[in-house]
Amino acid sequence: MANKFAVKQLSIFLENRKGRLLEVTKTLMDARINIRALSMAESAEFGILRLVVNNPEKARTALASGGFTLREQEVFAVEVNDEPGGFYGVVKILAESDINIEYTYAFVGESKKAILIFKVPEELLPKAVSAIEQGGIRLVEPLFFYS
Amino acid sequence: MWNDIECAPKEEIEVLQLRRLRETAQRVYNLVPFYREKFDEVGIKPEGIRSLEDLKRLPFTTKQDLRAHYPFGLFTVPMDQVVRIHSSSGTTGKPTVVGYTRHDMEVWKEVMARTMSMADVGPGDVCNNAYGYGLFTGGLGFHYGAEKVGAAVVPASGGFTKRQLLLMKDFGATVLCSTPSFALHMAEVAREEGYDPRNDFKLRVGFFGAEPASQGLRDALSDAWDILYVEAYGLSEIIGPGVAAGCPHGNLHIFEDHFIPEVIDPDTGEVLPYGEEGELVFTTVTKQALPIIRYRTRDITRLHHGPCPCGRTMVFMDSVKGRSDDMLIVNGVNVFPSQVEHVLTKMEGITPNYVIIVDKKGVLDKLEVWVEVDENIFADGLGALEELKRRLQNEMLNELYINVKVKLVEPKTLERSMGKAKRIIDKREAEEM
Repeated sequence: MANKFAVKQLSIFLENRKGRLLEVTKTLMDARINIRALSMAESAEFGILRLVVNNPEKARTALASGGFTLREQEVFAVEVNDEPGGFYGVVKILAESDINIEYTYAFVGESKKAILIFKVPEELLPKAVSAIEQGGIRLVEPLFFYS
Repeated sequence: MWNDIECAPKEEIEVLQLRRLRETAQRVYNLVPFYREKFDEVGIKPEGIRSLEDLKRLPFTTKQDLRAHYPFGLFTVPMDQVVRIHSSSGTTGKPTVVGYTRHDMEVWKEVMARTMSMADVGPGDVCNNAYGYGLFTGGLGFHYGAEKVGAAVVPASGGFTKRQLLLMKDFGATVLCSTPSFALHMAEVAREEGYDPRNDFKLRVGFFGAEPASQGLRDALSDAWDILYVEAYGLSEIIGPGVAAGCPHGNLHIFEDHFIPEVIDPDTGEVLPYGEEGELVFTTVTKQALPIIRYRTRDITRLHHGPCPCGRTMVFMDSVKGRSDDMLIVNGVNVFPSQVEHVLTKMEGITPNYVIIVDKKGVLDKLEVWVEVDENIFADGLGALEELKRRLQNEMLNELYINVKVKLVEPKTLERSMGKAKRIIDKREAEEM
């Protein structure tokens, strides 16, 4: 069963080609999809666009029929105070639990809060989530992104 | 073994070949103006053929010749003797048309029965024939062959994969006839549907042909279904499937009492000795409706003779390495798309879309292989993708002996930029023009 804090993230394979990002974003706009968080990783020839959106199923369908190669992953999100040491507190818990962070990205939330998104190896997600919970850090429920 | 002729002494086969070759030459010379002109041009008369050595003096026939005489210009019988017409899709021009008399159909059934007998298919076997039924010779060729040896034929044809799997299981199919790519697709769908392709079916053998298959693909198929892989080679211009078939020892024997093979240098037309690689050429010596003299298949292979542990004495050929049209020479090294495909299949167990691009960088040729990243190989991580690319490059170097730059591209990129199913873009030629 999926972890209740697992947030669906879509990863899209993109060639480094002029106008390609424009096409992805237009596809999402046309499908009335709202992007809640994003990150982009790039190499010399290609990149991976990672998105958390308000309606992953709909986004997935729209992107697949638009001919994009994508993959759905599970990530989790935490909310910390938007102040020095906020990020550190989370990373420390994961490090102490021996959980490798594959990648992470963040955005500023409401009222001096920051939201951090983490991708860890699939099989370690439940362990990571319970470590965070026990560490007293607030996990963000998927509904926060989907609504 | 279906017919004792398959293990007859070489001399006996040669006597038969010569008699039949002379009859065929008479036939085409007397009945088809095209052949008469070509024979006259090189100054040979049918009665001038005194030994099999004289075959090499006869003119070649090409696919263009067939097209130029569309539809029935090279037939040597009136239409009231033709009982079947097949045609190839004309993706690169006019279709080619082939016809069969009642006698030709018997020849076809005979060579297909020999093919099926490579794995002792016979009464009691249930043969799921997934080759397309229709204008393509694959479907009906295997159909008649399986019927001839007494197997129960299920004319499944292509497509409807899920239903086909269900019937294969419920009917207890023991034999699968299919293109390699469709059989692999079926195995994938079978797994998705919750079957175990190795154990939930009674299949024991598959007859695969109609498209080139790399060794990696063959092994993958054999393993996916847990079956014996029998290669079936043929082309509609000669008869359809049934020109050659793989014996249990993996030798692809040519049914040379009906089709005389030669291997030539594609540039000079000179006949090459056994064991040397070149273009395969066939002369049909028993066909009536459309006999064909020295047909250039464009397939690159080698011929071998000598005893085979299976007992057959007929000449055997290597699996087709590629088409002479497809061969690239990159910095002096011969490269076939099939080798690239082999690497891709071996690495990921799938055959992704790819295209080969050759260009010049200064005086040197450079080779790029663009591979489409689909859901099967897309990993969410730059590291994993870079690693895939690096591994592919290393394997290509091992397989092709040249450096290849691999580029990962989005699906449909290739279609969009190159047009359908074109595997090779040679920019060197374009720039010279």
